[in-house]
Amino acid sequence: MKYAKTEILVGIFLLISIIGAVVLSLKVAGLVLNGSSNSYVVHARFDNIGSLKLRAPVKIGGVLIGRVEGIRLDEKTLTPVVDLAIDAKYNQLSSESKASIQTAGIIGEQYIGITPGFYDEDLGSTYLKDGDSFTDTGSAIVLEDLIAKFAFGSQDDKKDTSAQD
Amino acid sequence: MLELFGSLGRYSIGKVGSLGRSAIMLFHSLVGAPNFRKHFPLLVKEIYFIGVQSIIIILVSGLFIGMVLGLQGFNILKDFMATGSLGTLVALAIIRELGPVVTALLFAGRAGSALTAEIGQLKASEQLSALEMMAVDPLRRVIAPRFWAGVISMPLLSILFCVIGIYGGKFVGVDWLGLDDGIYWSAMQGNVDFASDLIPMCIKALVFAIACVWIALFNGYDCKPTSAGISSATTATVVQSSLAVLGLDFVLTALMF
Repeated sequence: MKYAKTEILVGIFLLISIIGAVVLSLKVAGLVLNGSSNSYVVHARFDNIGSLKLRAPVKIGGVLIGRVEGIRLDEKTLTPVVDLAIDAKYNQLSSESKASIQTAGIIGEQYIGITPGFYDEDLGSTYLKDGDSFTDTGSAIVLEDLIAKFAFGSQDDKKDTSAQD
Repeated sequence: MLELFGSLGRYSIGKVGSLGRSAIMLFHSLVGAPNFRKHFPLLVKEIYFIGVQSIIIILVSGLFIGMVLGLQGFNILKDFMATGSLGTLVALAIIRELGPVVTALLFAGRAGSALTAEIGQLKASEQLSALEMMAVDPLRRVIAPRFWAGVISMPLLSILFCVIGIYGGKFVGVDWLGLDDGIYWSAMQGNVDFASDLIPMCIKALVFAIACVWIALFNGYDCKPTSAGISSATTATVVQSSLAVLGLDFVLTALMF
């Protein structure tokens, strides 16, 4: 069957538009289609998560090993709980590892940095599995708290020294 | 004094009346059982005129807008040592606002005015009445394929605009000014979200498409059947579509972001 030139051009138009949509989704938005199939979820409880967002990276020593999959508040203890989806090939994380919220640069995005802990079966440490929790966590550093500590903390020091005198 | 009220009243009744006629026109041309075998070739032909022939202007303007954004953004971000955010800046600016809006404005100028002039000419030469005499509904035969062609083409054109604009920003930022390629893309991927950026972009483009095509078709269908009438209807199409797009953009941005 012979097609008119118009029809062929319209077909090409539709095709390159669909390719454009795919490029936008995959390359620009970084959409990953096979999300949870090859990863396991570990929980981490923080005092303060700062401005951590969903899909923030989880890194060990700067290497991406997973992403933040959920952020919720524990209703009993009123502390934030973060679900980390970690790539299944990094399955040798010791339960003594520390998860802390860090910032890329001064005004950069926040991410979760994991400091690997020791592994010793005699001391009861295990590898983290799906559904486990980090025991050791470090909260986000809130700039206002830091400034307050600096500003008012130094005053306290002065008071202490004057009392000693 | 009474004349003032009278003229104001006549003006507003006329406006409301044409709004009503435009809604009736759209309703009659879209509602009813579709006849795919008869209407599909017409639709393809109109997508060719409205969509395919607009590709060049969309691509060229998208490329240059992306390149300008890359250049301006790089020079400003450099002062804050934050050139790594260039990808985010270009992508978010283009996807959230510039892509759909500039596409719609160009579309109104390129395709909308042509639609108005074409339909106005059909009306002035009484071809619409001739169709009616042959028991062919001109709304279904002439208006509907053009409407659907516009509604299909414009979101696709917006997507193309966004892609070429982001690559334009990349050409300037990465290939010319020496930003790292990986940083450009990864900062973008970290901050552009499928559900909260790309979907609203498509919704915006769809709403703008409906507004532009509707205004263009109605101005053509409702114009005075003279050459002066056609020319003023074409002008009205461009002015009204541009204003409608910019106004709707604010409303949609307020609703979605």
